[in-house]
Amino acid sequence: MTWLLVALVVGCTVLGDLLQSLEMKRHGEIRDFAPSGIRRHIAALASRKFLILAVCFMAVSFFAFMKLVTVADLSFAVPATAASVVLETILAKIVLKERVTGMRWAGACLVAFGVALLAQ
Amino acid sequence: MFRPVSAPDRSMDSAERIRLKTRIFTVIVVLSNALGNLFLTLGLKRWGGELALSPFSYVRAIFHPLVGLGVLLLVLWLLSRMTLLSWADLSYVLPVTAVGYVLSALFGHWFLDEQITTQRWAGTLLIVAGIALVGRTAVRTTE
Repeated sequence: MTWLLVALVVGCTVLGDLLQSLEMKRHGEIRDFAPSGIRRHIAALASRKFLILAVCFMAVSFFAFMKLVTVADLSFAVPATAASVVLETILAKIVLKERVTGMRWAGACLVAFGVALLAQ
Repeated sequence: MFRPVSAPDRSMDSAERIRLKTRIFTVIVVLSNALGNLFLTLGLKRWGGELALSPFSYVRAIFHPLVGLGVLLLVLWLLSRMTLLSWADLSYVLPVTAVGYVLSALFGHWFLDEQITTQRWAGTLLIVAGIALVGRTAVRTTE
């Protein structure tokens, strides 16, 4: 049950993050933080289908995480779901065409190893 | 006398502005996520009910004040992270916000009586080193 929930959290987090990043890149840099500007951004973002799908994946991930923390320690639950870091870095390069330099790979791998140690 | 800002000056100004915005939003993303997870866990433990597959049990849990506060902080996390992703790479945002894992472990130790072993401290050091490396790369690599 615990690992099934971990798999559900990781899978939905990866899909949610990729779609979210894709749509936010398409939307462009948010510069206007005045209330009217925020309303305008929310209205523009609410019509983006992939962003709505991303929020759905994140909602599933969130509820699965809520269930996970009731059956496991927080200090296990949070790091165990961090397997997504390396997976998402690979997909960011392939799908989002980000330039992942050696330094960025090294950083992502160190973070993933660190998270794995935290989970023990 | 004012003089027009030359193109290189404008570009330096823009890079500096992006760096500053990125730092501010990284702090908001990290704190709202770690505190949100903490209040959610504390609230669910104090609520004491059973989370079933039915969505109604989740709705009932959200009405516990600590669970509700956790959910609000996680909504703030979602919105601030979306804002950060509007200009920063996903492969940059993921590692630099990973300091949230360290904070979650510390909060678990301080407030939930969870143990931090030597191995967990080693994990923390690796995460911090990873963040330091990624933090030196460009915030955005795509057009």
